Amino acid sequence: MEESKKVYWKGIEQLANNPEFVKNAHHEFAQPGPEEDLGHSRRDFLKMMGFGVSAVALAACEAPIRKAIPYVNKPVDIDPSLPNYYASSYVNGGDYCSIVVKTREGRPIKIEGNALSNVTKGGVSAQVEASVLSLYDNARLRGPKVGKDKISWEDLDKQVIAKLNEISGKGGQIRIVSNTILSPSTKAAIEKFKATYASTQHIQYDQTSSYGIVKANEESFGAAVVPSYDFSKAKVIVSVAADFIGSWISPIEFTKQYALTREVTEDKRDMSRHYQFESILSITGANADYRTQIKPSEEGAVVIQLYNLLAGKAGRPTVSGGVEKANIAKAAEELWTNRGNALVVAGSNDKAIQVVVNAINDILGSYGTTIDLNTPVNFRQGDDVAMSNFVNELEAGKIGAVIFYNCNPVYDFPAGDKIAAALKNVELSVATSYKEDETGTLAKYMAPDHHFLEAWNDAEPKKNFFSLGQPTITPIFKSRAAQESLLVWSNEPKADYFEFVKNNWRTWFYKDQTFDFQSFWDKCLYDGVYELPATAAAAVTFAGNVGAAADAIASNYKAGAWELVIYESGNIGNGSQANNPLLQELPDPITKATWDHYVTVAPKDAKDIDFSESVTKYATITFNGKTVKLPMLVQPGQTPGTIGIPVGYGRTKAGKVADNIGQNVYPFVALVNGSLSYSATVTFTPTTETYQIAQTQTHNTYMGRETVVQETLLSEYKDKNWDRDFHPSVATWTDPEHKVAPGEISLWKGHEYNNHHWGMAIDLNTCTGCAACVVACNVENNVALVGREEVINRREMHWLRIDRYYSSDAPADDWRGIEVAAENPDVVFQPMLCQHCNNAPCETVCPVAATTHSTEGLNQMTYNRCIGTRYCANNCPYKVRRFNWFKYHDNRQFETANPAMNSDLGKMVLNPDVTVRSRGVMEKCSFCVQRIQAGKLTAKKERRPLKDGEVVTACAAACSTGAIVFGDINNPESKVSKLLKIRPMDEKHPHRIDKIADNPRAYQVLEEIGVKPNIWYLTKVRNKDAATA
Amino acid sequence: MQVTSSVRDPLVTGGKTVKDVSHDISRHVENKPPRSWWLALAVSLVVFAYGLYCVCTVLWHGIGVWGLNKTVGWAWDITNFVWWVGIGHAGTLISAILLLFRQKWRMSINRAAEAMTIFAVICAATFPLIHMGRLWLGFYWALPLPNAFGSLWANFNSPLLWDVFAISTYFTVSLVFWYIGLIPDFATIRDRAVVQGNQIRAAVYNALSFGWQGGAKTWMRYEAVALILAGLSTPLVLSVHTIVSMDFATSVIPGWHTTIFPPYFVAGAIFSGFAMVLTLLLITRVVFKLEDYITIYHIELMNIIIIVTGSIVGIAYITELFISWYSGVEYEGYAFYNRVQGPYAWAYWSMMTCNVISPQLFWIKKIRMSIVATFVLSIIVNIGMWFERFVIIVTSLHRDYIPSSWTMFHPTMYDIGEYVFTFGLFFTAFLLFAKFFPVINMAEVKSIVRSDSEKVGHSSHVEEEVHA
Repeated sequence: MEESKKVYWKGIEQLANNPEFVKNAHHEFAQPGPEEDLGHSRRDFLKMMGFGVSAVALAACEAPIRKAIPYVNKPVDIDPSLPNYYASSYVNGGDYCSIVVKTREGRPIKIEGNALSNVTKGGVSAQVEASVLSLYDNARLRGPKVGKDKISWEDLDKQVIAKLNEISGKGGQIRIVSNTILSPSTKAAIEKFKATYASTQHIQYDQTSSYGIVKANEESFGAAVVPSYDFSKAKVIVSVAADFIGSWISPIEFTKQYALTREVTEDKRDMSRHYQFESILSITGANADYRTQIKPSEEGAVVIQLYNLLAGKAGRPTVSGGVEKANIAKAAEELWTNRGNALVVAGSNDKAIQVVVNAINDILGSYGTTIDLNTPVNFRQGDDVAMSNFVNELEAGKIGAVIFYNCNPVYDFPAGDKIAAALKNVELSVATSYKEDETGTLAKYMAPDHHFLEAWNDAEPKKNFFSLGQPTITPIFKSRAAQESLLVWSNEPKADYFEFVKNNWRTWFYKDQTFDFQSFWDKCLYDGVYELPATAAAAVTFAGNVGAAADAIASNYKAGAWELVIYESGNIGNGSQANNPLLQELPDPITKATWDHYVTVAPKDAKDIDFSESVTKYATITFNGKTVKLPMLVQPGQTPGTIGIPVGYGRTKAGKVADNIGQNVYPFVALVNGSLSYSATVTFTPTTETYQIAQTQTHNTYMGRETVVQETLLSEYKDKNWDRDFHPSVATWTDPEHKVAPGEISLWKGHEYNNHHWGMAIDLNTCTGCAACVVACNVENNVALVGREEVINRREMHWLRIDRYYSSDAPADDWRGIEVAAENPDVVFQPMLCQHCNNAPCETVCPVAATTHSTEGLNQMTYNRCIGTRYCANNCPYKVRRFNWFKYHDNRQFETANPAMNSDLGKMVLNPDVTVRSRGVMEKCSFCVQRIQAGKLTAKKERRPLKDGEVVTACAAACSTGAIVFGDINNPESKVSKLLKIRPMDEKHPHRIDKIADNPRAYQVLEEIGVKPNIWYLTKVRNKDAATA
Repeated sequence: MQVTSSVRDPLVTGGKTVKDVSHDISRHVENKPPRSWWLALAVSLVVFAYGLYCVCTVLWHGIGVWGLNKTVGWAWDITNFVWWVGIGHAGTLISAILLLFRQKWRMSINRAAEAMTIFAVICAATFPLIHMGRLWLGFYWALPLPNAFGSLWANFNSPLLWDVFAISTYFTVSLVFWYIGLIPDFATIRDRAVVQGNQIRAAVYNALSFGWQGGAKTWMRYEAVALILAGLSTPLVLSVHTIVSMDFATSVIPGWHTTIFPPYFVAGAIFSGFAMVLTLLLITRVVFKLEDYITIYHIELMNIIIIVTGSIVGIAYITELFISWYSGVEYEGYAFYNRVQGPYAWAYWSMMTCNVISPQLFWIKKIRMSIVATFVLSIIVNIGMWFERFVIIVTSLHRDYIPSSWTMFHPTMYDIGEYVFTFGLFFTAFLLFAKFFPVINMAEVKSIVRSDSEKVGHSSHVEEEVHA
């Protein structure tokens, strides 16, 4: 069809097609209408409306409020995401530890031991590890208070100074009461105060006193001190009720020394022999080779018996008294043979007993070898008599003013109730504790000190061993250093405690230094410690009167029907940190109880009073008219006829966590013959009221399962030319007669880890069960705390636990009998954590592959992928996987138990490198993968291979005794490879998973099921004679 | 003349005609339900509501409201899951395997048994869902779906994933099989509704029957499909519980790690499935007056299957004990010692009594033929089978390798509540089925009345109806 040439036009303008028309042709109207005059088109309107609606809609959505406030100017030494480390000192009364504090973005989040200190040598304890959470305790005082009202520091100072002047003006007595003060600068500050107010006296007391030792040394050697002990030099250790690993004087230091004597290698084929005579089963007794059950009233007699046996050998006069007990004669024999390498210690606070102990050590030549009187320690300076006199004076109304310097005697001094009653009549009372405790609430003024992590301080734990404490965070609240308060009240013109400490150090130590003071100070601050050369231990002459001591013992101790021992538990300690949920949820190393107070009872006595382990019942204990009611806990190893109650419970003003758990048993401690006695004869009455104690472990024996726990005797071990007792083996199809180790056969060739292969060794011999590693793991990995109810439900979240097993008298094939622990059992502690199996049974069963294997041998958990079927946990032979049964963070239900995830203050302690897990996911030990990654990154940035020891897991770092060693087992030079004597099974493929540990003590738990763990345990060796085993 | 076999009891008694069959079965759909039905539904709904509250609590607060702990990660949840899956075995076994073996007695019970299967599998499926820590993600992460996370994929090594496939396949096939069987019967109800002038019912059942017209060719295809589905279902009867048993058998836990689990679980499943079918049918036949269709002969045959499977299960229990001793493996030995002698021995002996000893009573003909005894024993068997799963799951876990972790499991009201929930769900569904669906396969039963129970003197009438 032909194309039409016709053209139609709309109007004459189009036909003309003039430029004016062309310009407006695309507009709807030739002339702009009135609505378009506004300069907005319809499309603009739609655009703006669209924008407006979406903007309003977006604004209506709640924007997440992030409370992180960025730095306006970056501080010089803070790089976000990079940690800073500061050396400091943990000081809590007389408890001391030199530490390194890890901070992130200005917040302390982790404490580790300071290896530069020659006192604690890098060791820590559970309390030290946990103390970082006490910094963020919601129960802390926000600022100074008068009565219940807030007050400014200026007003407080004015009022306190006015009252102090008034009191001292009219000749009134002023007292400063404190626990042991380790800090020389604090003492100097107190001296300044004393100089201003002449009637001031400073009184020190300790929750667990060693006043008896001080008095005994005064009598024996003329030196009123507690000496240094060196367990590392002792081949034979005899301890009469001294819990030197758990709580006695300087447990961190002693644990380290003790472990050195317990190490057994092919090169060091000997270990110390440790005798323990005690009533309760202490952690020290649990580590002993020979343990004898005695009653507290027999402690003196046991010491006398030992003295008489040794005096007989040494030709010294014997004394009357003594009692025949198992192992005393044997101990005496061996002590005598090992003179100069022997140490006898006693936990008693009775001067008479300690005098006899001194005499024994004198016979053994311990002074100058295992005991150093020339380097006394300052951990226990409490004076029981002075403190008791103070209470009497207070009651008599003779005291005008009292300052409680960081102590809480209303709670933890036996006569606390008398102090509480008398305080009302005291004109001026000031408490400097950083928390509003039992004493603080009764004091007129509360002048809160910093937490130790916020404060400058120094310490002299031992003569000539000094250390510094430095703040690792700006004070969170309006607190002020207590020493500064004292200086202000002393009208010091320049009352800055930091300058005060620095000036003291300049005066005391900066004398013969070749470089300038600032460098010296910086060095001390960097190291955290300043140690003067040790003075040589000089010979001492024993001048004690053993006869008189023996007479005193004979007349003072009478056996009672029920004898009570008051002791410090391995978790709560003396109760000063009771409001720390990390410690409340930490199972006591022996009883495995958490969140609960109890009275320990011997199994035999429990039988007498018709009481079984499944149903716990209350008992009432009465002493001196005071009665407490506590649930009974059956404790194998406890001497029949004795009961034990830990202190540290029954707090009433500690905070939400600790209040109203258990009873305060400090009032059961009495002043007997000039020192506080931690045992007593009491009335003990079981009741029928039932109770359940929250324990993390309720099955106490290892059922004779040698693939779980392997132990041997030193003698047998030597006899068998360093081959351990038990080797699991399996028959093969091809050659049924020839059994092979289970690791040698596999369906698979085994994958290769071409870079690192992380592994761990755990020495059951040097693990004392102290549980510092458990707390370290909790803090490092943001492990949720779940509270008492959930522990009863057996849902504690600990990634690392310490299994504590008792031996049984029943034969291994008597499966019913072997469930029951022996009356006086051997004890073994086994740290149990994810074994990072190379053939991990958890990995195959996860339907969504949320748990997988890394190329470095780690069994990894991908929380984001986990859907929570719990199949992996069921299929874990080691039962180390932990499920988030509830949402443990931001959940009212767990506010009290888990403040680190439920309060803004508490959350500051969380490790930003580790995810806080949500409800419904599985979690477990990661071998501190964040540390591994950080270490690898550092090495990569510096273009060098990762060095051994650069990456240490939190548990290994916290282990005072070095029982946990972590490292790369692909690296033959690493510490762990050398310790285990690792070699590849197939030399041609050194990086394959299959590795053999040639250390004769090395074994893997449940080796025969073929999961090929990356953790080896070293067999527990007991230094017992075969005959008496 | 009534045709009677000299060697077999008639499958349908009471001289029922084909018309009687249509009438007897359709009238429950057409008539108002009896008061007992209303009562039962009310009770079921109350139970269901309470259970739903418990389920919601678990979903809101977390699995922590159950009594599980760090050592026992599965208890009532997976016990109930396996128990329900087991019960779900009878339906398909009856309709598929018995169809292949031409067991005509299955015809009057297969409909209800299949319905039971489907509801039981639904109940079973709730447990793996609810027991997940993060159901909101898990319900689809466990499926191999393409996703935007690169190579992230389900773990095909995991028996739990096999479970997902096994259960969903079984459910799908069972549902299709059941529904196809229902189509001619829906058409019957529709036709009757047309005659009765109930247009709504006619329309609904017409839709349900997919417009079934009953032509010869349709019937031919229908039977072909039934046979194919029966063939497909047969391996499923064996595979589902085999795979469920692998959840345990492939693990390393003593008491779980057992190679005899697949046949042992399948036998147990059929055992419990038949017991459940009996429990339900004994009630249904009374409530809906179906004694002529579900006769004592049916009951006896089913009791015989219970003896057989119960005995297989018993042998499996004894084999486990023997092997645990014979293997010389300390952990294996202890796991079984602990079952027999440990703190959960009461559960073990409940299981032994209910599953091994009680079914042996069926050797006695009088008991086998007694309605009351059968009813009681069918419930006992199901209690026993619940304990079997509880014993396997909980007593193996609560004391496994490392004694420090040994602990007990104590159920909470929510553990129990979840179980109650499935009962509510199951019975509500079953009651609705009994009211709205023909509980007996009319089409199939008609094929056996023809040979078995023609009424004397009405033969011509019957002939007419059949030819119509």
